[in-house]
Amino acid sequence: MAYLLLLPTLILLALVVGFPLGLSAWQSLMQTGQGIDPATGLIIKGDTFVGLENYIDAVTGAGAGAGFWNAFWNTTLFTVVGVSIETVLGVAMALIMAKAMRATGLVRASILIPWAIPTVVSALMWQLIFDANGIANRLLDYQVLWTTEGWQAKAAVLIADIWKTAPYIGLLTLAGLQTIDKQVYEAATVDGANRWQTFWKITLPLVRPVLVVAVLFRLLDAMRMFDLPYVLLGTLDSGQTLSMLATDAASKTNFGAASAYSMVLFAYICLVAFLFIKLFGADVIGDQDRSPKKRRVPRSLRTTSEGSMP
Amino acid sequence: MLNSTSRPLASRRTVLAVGGATTAAAALAACSGGSSGDGGDGGDGGDAPAADFEERGPITLAKGKDTTGKLAEFLETWNSEHPDEEVTLIELPEASDEQRGQMINNAQAKSDAYTVLGLDVVWTAEFAANQWVVELPKDKFPLDDLIPATVTTATYFEKLYGVPFITNAELLFSRTDLLEQAGLDGPPETFDEMYAVIETLQKDDPELLGFGSQYSKYEGLTVQAAGLVASAGGGLFDAEGKPHADSAEALTGIQTVRDGFDKGFIPQEALTYKEEESRAAYQDGRLAFLQNWPYVWALGQAEDGSSSVNGKMVASLVPGFDGPGSSTLGGLNLGVSSFAKNKGTAVDFIAFMVDAVQQKEWGLATAQAPANVGVYEDADMLEAFPFLPQLKDAIDNGTSRPAVVQYGEVTQAIQEAAYACFSGEKDAEPAMKDLQTQLTELTAK
Repeated sequence: MAYLLLLPTLILLALVVGFPLGLSAWQSLMQTGQGIDPATGLIIKGDTFVGLENYIDAVTGAGAGAGFWNAFWNTTLFTVVGVSIETVLGVAMALIMAKAMRATGLVRASILIPWAIPTVVSALMWQLIFDANGIANRLLDYQVLWTTEGWQAKAAVLIADIWKTAPYIGLLTLAGLQTIDKQVYEAATVDGANRWQTFWKITLPLVRPVLVVAVLFRLLDAMRMFDLPYVLLGTLDSGQTLSMLATDAASKTNFGAASAYSMVLFAYICLVAFLFIKLFGADVIGDQDRSPKKRRVPRSLRTTSEGSMP
Repeated sequence: MLNSTSRPLASRRTVLAVGGATTAAAALAACSGGSSGDGGDGGDGGDAPAADFEERGPITLAKGKDTTGKLAEFLETWNSEHPDEEVTLIELPEASDEQRGQMINNAQAKSDAYTVLGLDVVWTAEFAANQWVVELPKDKFPLDDLIPATVTTATYFEKLYGVPFITNAELLFSRTDLLEQAGLDGPPETFDEMYAVIETLQKDDPELLGFGSQYSKYEGLTVQAAGLVASAGGGLFDAEGKPHADSAEALTGIQTVRDGFDKGFIPQEALTYKEEESRAAYQDGRLAFLQNWPYVWALGQAEDGSSSVNGKMVASLVPGFDGPGSSTLGGLNLGVSSFAKNKGTAVDFIAFMVDAVQQKEWGLATAQAPANVGVYEDADMLEAFPFLPQLKDAIDNGTSRPAVVQYGEVTQAIQEAAYACFSGEKDAEPAMKDLQTQLTELTAK
């Protein structure tokens, strides 16, 4: 009976998730024909089944897969470096927002503005900033050609991305901070803990469940980054991500390779999410009985914190 | 997919969150992929059924945005004269990539929603080879009234697949005050002449940037490369579609620009130039010479203080080698979808659009270069666009970009090679050798 009630959900999931996924997987084993009749110039054949050739091309960087490893490492770089810096900045922002004594609303709103701006719009804005004669170069008093091939282009993407998404982590962390019982801090003060100790031993462990989920979502988001480098750098190799590679292949009606890249990205995201949850124990599933290992609340504080956990 | 999917706060299982995140990408590939098999079957053997050019009735015109409202006026005129053959405008997105995407999706679904298609000049080969557009009867159009170079852009394997509606060619914009200062009475015709002028000018003013064109890594770079190679007397592809990217002419063309970069006659920041960036640099008076599309003229001559070069501009043919060079052609052709009804009306409507009356009105309203020859001698047009004779010469002299089916891959390979050479990462010879290998591979498929 219980399964019967779940059936509509399962059917819906199969339709909106399973079906396209399966179709993509199937398409990724095909190659779109480009045989051309030399006399008329017309295309002769349709799709042919090529097995894993699209994947092998991608991994070996042969033919259509030439840009794969570049895109893979870019994706990884933007994700690892971007999300790390975002997390640190985000937590710092959350601490400021939580502590702001005066003009609380104003401080919070101003920190959240970057997150509220659509990515394409902020990418265009950063494009102006990173123009050869833009503000960034005026401030540096040195002409860095940000939108040319090289590390400066990667840095430009990272700066724009961090600017935009650090507030997201900040917002979620702030929500977590506000659920921490004030008594815990009072107890720490009584025990003579300094600010540094308070942060590492109380704030961070208690905000961790929320923070881990926020970082996880950012990870998933960053790994399929598309719009920011696409608008900011166009087709420069320095900004090419896996999503862009897939879109690019699809626009060349090379749907087999496009599907293969999408599947690789899908698998990569699954893997990272899985490892991340295993390592940090993100409570995405809403599981109530956590193992003690996952909560490193200082022993002395555990009784107090128990009741106030979300 | 452009913006992140909604935060899956409600989802209880990680798998779902992850699934949701990639579904967009997966669905995109799956949807378009699912029908591509059918689309590919369309042209087997090349014996496509002859299109019926007698059928008449209501049709649609699928084209980018009608920014001036002139198109709506044309449709009104047409519709009042042909009440039974009404033409409805379907406005496609502004970005040409997206227009192409929608047209391809439509063709793969064999939908009859679009009748007349506004095709970018570089899509001819792809649309023709896939039989997404029909071969058009040459005798139904006033082809003799249209500039021959523009008709070439709509031709594939000597068959006509579109009719040029507007065209475009780049011009060299010089500054009369700087030319005078360098002791010249007219704009330079060749790169050597131009570099000599820049060298003289830079002795007086080391801040002056010299020559600029679109050297950022995008479609504009293919425009540059194809033009340079043609100016040097070669071609990236020959008439049979064989690549010649490592020919002596191709090397000369590419190397000349590389020399400009090396010697500071072309500024390093030109590697970030698209049309607008280069126009801004010229308009601010930082560039002595600019190669760009004619739209620069009106903006550069603006008297509201936005341009520091107004009244000092002079247009001429782009620089070449033994004489003036050849510009790559842009523009829009009108084709007829293979899957549409009422192709007879479509043909009549296209003939109406390229008629001198409409062409002149369109030119005056939009400042886009008409494909019709007669318009270039029209007094009203000459008054509105004083550089029109030079533009006509540039178009007559113009080069088409490679007419290859896999244009997407080919243009990307050309951009990679040209960018690597101009940015100093590779020398011209190895860059063009690699390009030749790639193009041979791409066209051999």
